[in-house]
Amino acid sequence: MDITAEAIVFLLLSVLTLGSALLVVTTRNLFHAALYLMLALFGVAGFFVLLAAPFLAGFQVVVYIGAIAVLIILAVMLTPSVTRLPRIYNAQWAVNLALAVVFFLLLFSVLTPVVDDLGISGTWGANFTQNSPADVPASSVSDLGEALVDPQQYMLPFELASVLLMGALIGAALLVSPTARDDEDAPHESGQGA
Amino acid sequence: MNVNWFSADYLPWLILFFPLLSFVIIVLGTIRNVVASQVVAIAGIGISWVLSMILFAKAVWLADETLGEHVYGSAIDWLHLGANTFRMGVQVDPLTAYMLLMVPLASLLIFIYSAGYMHGDPHEARFFAYLSLFVGAMLTLVVADNLLMLFIGWEVMGFCSYSLIGFWFHKKSAMEAGVKAFMTTRVADVLMLVGIGYLFIMTGRMEDGPGFTLSFQDILRNEEMLKFLVNAQSVIWGTSAATLISVLLITGTVGKSSQFPLHVWLPDAMEGPTPVSAMIHAATMVSAGVYMIVRMFPLLSAGANFHHFEYNTAMYYMGIVGSVTALGAAVLAVGQSDIKRILAYSTISQLGYMVAALGIGAWVAAAFHLVNHAFFKALLFMASGSVIHAMEHGEHHAAEHGHPHEHHEEPDGLVMDYCAPPNDVNRMGGLLHRIPITAITMAIGGLSLAGFPLVTAGFWSKDEIIAEAWHGGLWNDPYPLFVLIMLLLGALLTAFYTARMWFLAFWGKPRTPAAQYAGPGWLRDRWVKWWNKQPFSGEDKLEQEHADPVTNRSAMLMEIPLMVLSFFAITGGWIGIHKDIVGKNPLHDFLAPTLLEHPEVVPFDFTPMLVSMIVALGGLGLGWWLYGRKPLAAGQTDPTEAALGPGIWKMLQNRLYIDILYRNYIVRPLERAAEKIVVEGIDRDTIDASLESIAEAAIWLGEAFKRFNTVVIDGFVDTTVEGIGSFAGWFRQIQTGRIQQYLLFVTLALLALGTLFLIQVR
Amino acid sequence: MIPLWMYLVVAAGLFVIGMFGVLSRRNAIAILMGIELMLNAVNVNLVAFWRYQTPTKLSGQAFAAFVFAVAAAEAAVGLALIIGIYRRKRSVIADDVNLLKW
Repeated sequence: MDITAEAIVFLLLSVLTLGSALLVVTTRNLFHAALYLMLALFGVAGFFVLLAAPFLAGFQVVVYIGAIAVLIILAVMLTPSVTRLPRIYNAQWAVNLALAVVFFLLLFSVLTPVVDDLGISGTWGANFTQNSPADVPASSVSDLGEALVDPQQYMLPFELASVLLMGALIGAALLVSPTARDDEDAPHESGQGA
Repeated sequence: MNVNWFSADYLPWLILFFPLLSFVIIVLGTIRNVVASQVVAIAGIGISWVLSMILFAKAVWLADETLGEHVYGSAIDWLHLGANTFRMGVQVDPLTAYMLLMVPLASLLIFIYSAGYMHGDPHEARFFAYLSLFVGAMLTLVVADNLLMLFIGWEVMGFCSYSLIGFWFHKKSAMEAGVKAFMTTRVADVLMLVGIGYLFIMTGRMEDGPGFTLSFQDILRNEEMLKFLVNAQSVIWGTSAATLISVLLITGTVGKSSQFPLHVWLPDAMEGPTPVSAMIHAATMVSAGVYMIVRMFPLLSAGANFHHFEYNTAMYYMGIVGSVTALGAAVLAVGQSDIKRILAYSTISQLGYMVAALGIGAWVAAAFHLVNHAFFKALLFMASGSVIHAMEHGEHHAAEHGHPHEHHEEPDGLVMDYCAPPNDVNRMGGLLHRIPITAITMAIGGLSLAGFPLVTAGFWSKDEIIAEAWHGGLWNDPYPLFVLIMLLLGALLTAFYTARMWFLAFWGKPRTPAAQYAGPGWLRDRWVKWWNKQPFSGEDKLEQEHADPVTNRSAMLMEIPLMVLSFFAITGGWIGIHKDIVGKNPLHDFLAPTLLEHPEVVPFDFTPMLVSMIVALGGLGLGWWLYGRKPLAAGQTDPTEAALGPGIWKMLQNRLYIDILYRNYIVRPLERAAEKIVVEGIDRDTIDASLESIAEAAIWLGEAFKRFNTVVIDGFVDTTVEGIGSFAGWFRQIQTGRIQQYLLFVTLALLALGTLFLIQVR
Repeated sequence: MIPLWMYLVVAAGLFVIGMFGVLSRRNAIAILMGIELMLNAVNVNLVAFWRYQTPTKLSGQAFAAFVFAVAAAEAAVGLALIIGIYRRKRSVIADDVNLLKW
């Protein structure tokens, strides 16, 4: 890999994304974790730009950072007493860590040409030979827009996605609506104690 | 597939779609909201009506002679049957277009009327749901392009009639009437289904034919096919396939259109709410029966040459059943005192005219009378509903004015000669001044039913039937002569009982307090003002009375449809006047292309017209002589009863004991046979006995097994079970309820599977 | 030029970190954050494959867009659930909600 400007940007973005992702799962303060999450998401948006998908990058910023991350911050603020827990990991965290490492090593061994290059096994890796990206048609953004509303392509899943979002919206509103269900079986109000 | 829903080929789908959609919306959504249900139901039928009118207009103005051959229509593949495909679809030919003029319009008016009539009923929304389903089924039947789809509509209507006749199911008599209607028509429907199935099989046997089919176009407009069916030998020796199929199909109509001997259900069907009677007995269900034989006429008359007075078995069957029904039901109508039951028998009688008309080959006349009858009979039923409504109000008001409320014993179940007090014409009288709009519109409907000469719709269509019968009878063939005589006698009685009903209900002085305080109907104040100004009112001045707005609104909702229908009860007949009188017969020219062999117009003859005029005027005059000249006073015996004597009168009131005959000699013996043969003979003595010996053997065998079981199997099983139990006790500890632990297992499994996959593939 | 596998390795790293968060964090909101990281890893994969293998077909981008929609729905419902549980139990610790058992 030549050291080009693109490579440097890629390297920086990788460090940024993976670093802030690590901080997301290790920071004690949940509010800070949410902010790191935003940073990690920005990094991913950067990858999208690098991959010539500007539309998705914008989408990432608007939907993920603008909506989802903000939603998470709101949720953090609405559950104040637990922003700082004395223990942030559960009892099985050591097993999880080992599992994650094994998982990563397995993926790494498959995705990279390392194993094959070392000569351990000639056929282990997935052998992704594309070392440089193919040319992207100039109209890819408008093509994507058309593909999403084309009945021959993605119109049905696109409409289903909108139905899903609608359902999620209604469901969320129902779940947090303060009426009825909340106090239904709250022990001190039903009078049965227990 | 590009579908232009507004082309005439696809419009029929929409016509039947909207009432069915209303049904779904009401049942799933608005069942708890009466007003919304009314709006949904009326909107559904309203849209269908508009679409039907568009289609009708297109058929009339844009279609030429070829509409019969190139119908509007479209079909979808329904079922792949080996070599050929069964298609379901819709079609509009002139006959369908003519029906589409009547069915949605009459139904729409009935819906509006129901909004007034059913006001305050706790299950009004359900009522509108059923009505919508009913109309949807009727429209399916009308626009169907094959017999199977027609039969689907037919059966859905059967169900709806059951649920609507028994709508007030807490009344035992209503429930029994619903069951009676359903079971009686079921007898006929099964035979009809056999006919349809047989037709389906036979069409498949034709060489070089269209293959298995039930499509009207393939069968009825295919001379080769008809010839093949006439020549094919059927399973019953000596009859052709066409004859057997025709007889079975006609039997379906005999049940559905309530012809003798399966007519017994219709008079009892009056237990349902009155709009239902108007719907079932005028616009839809009974018309469906006649529509089916009108539709299938080319098959039914295949092999006959009725232009030259050669008839076939199916036509004799229709002619005899129809004319016997036409006269018999008219006789029974004379002896009824329940206003709705008079109309019920009148319906049976008029349907008999149509069936008999087909029996002598008067195809256009039958269709013509079908539509005219639907209009004026819907009018009459709805008017009678208005009368009953007014009488019920009257009973209520009479109690307020200090008249003691009479207690009426309601019979438990169906009783043949029982008449509910508000329906009893003997308890009415003088209602002209209480519900003037109803009285006038009912007079118009009655005149149309009686065939009042030259003006009314009923005259022209009935006259056409009689003219065709006359034309046949002149050639001294006994069969058309028989039909002619029966129909003329029936027409005389029809005019008579119509006059009797109207004069008893509306003329003279009120015979009970309920009649005195009945109504008041819509616009009564105007009527009173007008009446009191007339010189002939003399001493007989009326008092104004204040009606509360709710009563007034529902009276208005009920009486406006009556006025619309009375327009059609008059003018509906003018489109079919004989071409020798007015130069052109638009109806005949429009309908004729439906048939492959265009029906001929019989030459105009003044004699039958004169005869039917004399008959109609004679009947009406006799009615006036007995009931109008000197109105019946309270407590006086009905003059007809006095003339006939109590014995015959009682027989008429009991409907010639036919229902009781059926009950005693068919239903009861069947029940008893079922009890004796099935329950005792087969079930207890044969099946139970053999079962018991088997059971005893089984018990002995069981004992043996038990020994084996306790020793060998239990030992093995117990050990296994205990093993599983202790393993499960240990294993269930994994189920902690902690999501992350579950996820850990999932991830582990994923990792294991992934590794396995990699090793396998590489 | 950057080879395809580099993107895939970064995505794998992101995925594994997210997975660790999901499996280990006690706070339910933190679990959701882990899920978001995993979904993003998938998206990076999808877009990278699109860019390197089939740039003329838009399946990769389109699927990434659908993942966005699903993630948004999941976040909305998930957070609503968490807040609902918090109202009732005054706790957002996943282990406290251990009803999913026999």
